[in-house]
Amino acid sequence: MEDGKAKADLLPGTLDMLVLKLLLRGHLHGYAIAQLIQQLSDDLLRVEEGSLYPALQRLELNGWIEGEWGLSANNRRARFYKLTPEGRKHLTAESARYRRVTGAVARIMGFA
Amino acid sequence: MQVVLSYKRFRRRLWYWLDHSSRQRLLVEEMQFHIESNVEELIAQGMSRQEARSAACKRFGNMTQKAEDARLTWIARWISDLGQDLRYAFRGMRRNAGFTTFTILIAGLGIGAGTTVFSVVNALLLRPLPFRDPGRLVWITNGNDFTSTQTEHYSDLRKLDRSISDLEGFADWGVGNRQLMGRGEPERLTSVPVTQNFFDLLGVQPLIGRSFTTQECEGSYAAPPATLLSYNFWRRRFASDPGVVGRKLILDNRPVTVIGVLPPWFDFGSVFVPGTQMDIFVPWPLTDRAKPAGNTMRIIGRLKPGVMLPAAQAEFTALGKQLEKQHPERNGFTPRLMPLAQHVSGTVRAAMFVLACAVGIVMLIVCANLSNLQLARLGARQKEMAMRTALGAGRFRLLRQMITESVTLSCCGAVLGLLLAVGGARELAHVTALNLPLLDTVRIDGHALAFTSLAAVATGVLFGLMPALQISAFSLSAGLQDAGRGSTGSKRHAWVRDGLVVVEISFACVLLVGAGLLMRSFVRILDVNLGFRAERASALRIDPSFRISSLAQQNSFLDDVLHRGRSVPGITAAGVIDVLPLRDDRSWSVSLKGHVYEKNRHPEPFIRVVTDGYFEAAGIPLRAGRLFTERDRAASEPVVVVNETMARTAFFGENPLDQTITTYDGRHVLGAVVGVVGDVRHEALEEASGPEMYLAMRQTGDYAAMQLVVRTALPPDNLAAGIRTALRPIDPNLPVREFVTFQDLVERAMSLRRFLLLLLAGFAFFALILASLGIYAVISYSVSQRVQEIGIRIALGASAGDLRVLIVLRTLAFAAAGLAVGLGASRTLSSALGSLLYEVTPGDPITFVAIGVLLLAVAALAGYVPAWKASRIDPMTALRSS
Repeated sequence: MEDGKAKADLLPGTLDMLVLKLLLRGHLHGYAIAQLIQQLSDDLLRVEEGSLYPALQRLELNGWIEGEWGLSANNRRARFYKLTPEGRKHLTAESARYRRVTGAVARIMGFA
Repeated sequence: MQVVLSYKRFRRRLWYWLDHSSRQRLLVEEMQFHIESNVEELIAQGMSRQEARSAACKRFGNMTQKAEDARLTWIARWISDLGQDLRYAFRGMRRNAGFTTFTILIAGLGIGAGTTVFSVVNALLLRPLPFRDPGRLVWITNGNDFTSTQTEHYSDLRKLDRSISDLEGFADWGVGNRQLMGRGEPERLTSVPVTQNFFDLLGVQPLIGRSFTTQECEGSYAAPPATLLSYNFWRRRFASDPGVVGRKLILDNRPVTVIGVLPPWFDFGSVFVPGTQMDIFVPWPLTDRAKPAGNTMRIIGRLKPGVMLPAAQAEFTALGKQLEKQHPERNGFTPRLMPLAQHVSGTVRAAMFVLACAVGIVMLIVCANLSNLQLARLGARQKEMAMRTALGAGRFRLLRQMITESVTLSCCGAVLGLLLAVGGARELAHVTALNLPLLDTVRIDGHALAFTSLAAVATGVLFGLMPALQISAFSLSAGLQDAGRGSTGSKRHAWVRDGLVVVEISFACVLLVGAGLLMRSFVRILDVNLGFRAERASALRIDPSFRISSLAQQNSFLDDVLHRGRSVPGITAAGVIDVLPLRDDRSWSVSLKGHVYEKNRHPEPFIRVVTDGYFEAAGIPLRAGRLFTERDRAASEPVVVVNETMARTAFFGENPLDQTITTYDGRHVLGAVVGVVGDVRHEALEEASGPEMYLAMRQTGDYAAMQLVVRTALPPDNLAAGIRTALRPIDPNLPVREFVTFQDLVERAMSLRRFLLLLLAGFAFFALILASLGIYAVISYSVSQRVQEIGIRIALGASAGDLRVLIVLRTLAFAAAGLAVGLGASRTLSSALGSLLYEVTPGDPITFVAIGVLLLAVAALAGYVPAWKASRIDPMTALRSS
């Protein structure tokens, strides 16, 4: 997992946060999430797409997201995920933590 | 909140895990949807389908790996590995049904034996006594473990001591000492007199009704006003009728009120008098007016909180001295305190220890044997293991898989073992012929289950570990090659197997020596001259149901009984005695008239009260003088008969005949010595009899029971009915349940020894079989490894006989190595048998030599079979085989 040759590797643990954030927009299936990550980061962040699925499983197991089967735009069976209230809470906590950490890193590096 | 959350998470995880196969499928479907979507998009962008698919797959990454990763979020890796290993283990077991069956059987027998023995040891030694706070209960005796205390001392102790919070006692029970009349057949009951708070002390609450009151404890002993029933008696006689409480029973022709029933778990007999069923409990009066004079009792106390045993002992020792000084007229008193548990299990501790060690050795042999089998199988699986290694299985992973396999096998064995143990424990709990305390509480409980699981896992790990460690000895290339036979790996592993067999032989040797020594002791005991001739002698309890008020009435009853008894066809002699050999005993301090004794230096013979004919019926030989006759009656001069030991020790070297024996204080004449008879082992088979004195029954009323002893010309099986019919006219109410042959008495006295011997012999036999199987397996294996060599030898002219000798010699070398270790260990361990040996030294040369020869013979036999097979190898096939 760690040696994926993305253009810019994700910081460990951030994938979960990104997925939760994207799900704020509504029900999405895995492919849509992968697409969105790519688009929103202007192709800069590349997740090895398969890695998304263990992450989704993990999030669901923790009760932060809920998946259910539905039909995709092209009328195929796909699994759609939505954020649970607990997931929302977790996202808030995670974003705050992430902001603190990156802020600290940026200060040390003199970016800020 | 956190707890709720983690609970939810746990539930979800469990659910995922249970549902994992369908979840896995859905996950794959989800991933496939992802890839398909990507492919379609790329096609829409103008790629060919093939290009699009490969690009999409590349972007997605290793799908199997991701699926695995996803799966691992809900199943921990070790669980999934374990599942895999288990599946593999079961598959292997199915494939190798013979090996599996054998392993499960052997492990099952070993674990079953282990669990059964554990359940016995647990009940007898480990589990606390079934009383309230049993750790504080102490057993108080006078001098040694068995001497009881005079009641007067007890009363004083109760008043004086400070370290015991509650001191209670029970008196000597007499088997069948009360007679129940009234509804149903008359029946002789065994009653135990207990002091008022006896049940409180032990924490026993009556199941229904209440305990004794102070008032009831001041009544007369001969006619107790109240009684408590034991649970078993209540169930047997009154069909568990709760209405019996408050009813009056007729006991010894006097009414007594039933005030309660004791709970089922309180089995007085099994704790204090193993092998005896107690029927009722009566209050034991201690007031000066009501108590029977000169009686003795057994005392149990409860230490006050904070008081330690040594402190209490010190106090009691001082009190004993003080009482002896204050009351020189009483018996001497040196109180000795010990934890009650120690008293109860004391006699069986050594036996239990031996049993536990024996079963431990059996289980080790089982492990060694299975280890060996597993190693043999490993030889065959060498290629499989090499293949696994080549495919990337780590060494640890292989080790774990091997252990999983062996633990699975041993757990299956444990299931079988548990079934055996449940049966065994149930059987044992119902053996009434065995004088073991608490035997009826033997059962498979939580502790035993824990032991079984532990034994199962330990066995599995132990027998799987050695083979598992051997895996590392394989070299990859050698393992994969067809002729990996000569590799260093298999040589080393042959060395380990040889070692295991030697260990097995030496363990088996230890067990065999132990069993052998016990067997020799047993044979010695069978040869003991008991002093009476047990075969064809039997006894029947005949106390009359009516009250005997005078010696004249008693004597006419006796005359009648003996007359009628002797006239039954087949009976050659008949007499009456109060206590049977090997059953009860009582002793008196006596004096020889005309001698002055120091205090506590009086002769103290065991007292038996007998009529004429008893010595003939029991087969006790006359050594000098005469036996009792019908003419020794109330009116004639009182006479006694003494045994040889007493004749030798109590008469200061003078001729005992015509000397007069008195009570110890010289006040009452007991009788003039008219005869000397042979010694009888009255107490135990192993113990030489002490001094004994026989009183003439027709001259005394001082005895508790009448046992009609008869000697028959024929086996006594059908005799009971004849005697009953003959006696019926004298007393139609005669309870006739207790008919016992002297042989039964002897058997009973040997029961623990027999039990131990049987178990140990069984274990030793099992061990011998396992060891010989081990030898057989190893020799067969080495033969199969050397087929080529043997082929060459035969081709070069070695005769079949030479080969056989060669192989059998190799087997004997093993056996000799095992024997050397085993006999050495036996010599050290056998001294632990200690008191269980009788007239056999722990280093008994006959036993050691015999066991050595036996083991060598069995080893030679086990080696001969493969040797014979080897000698029939066809050299041509052998040489071509590789």
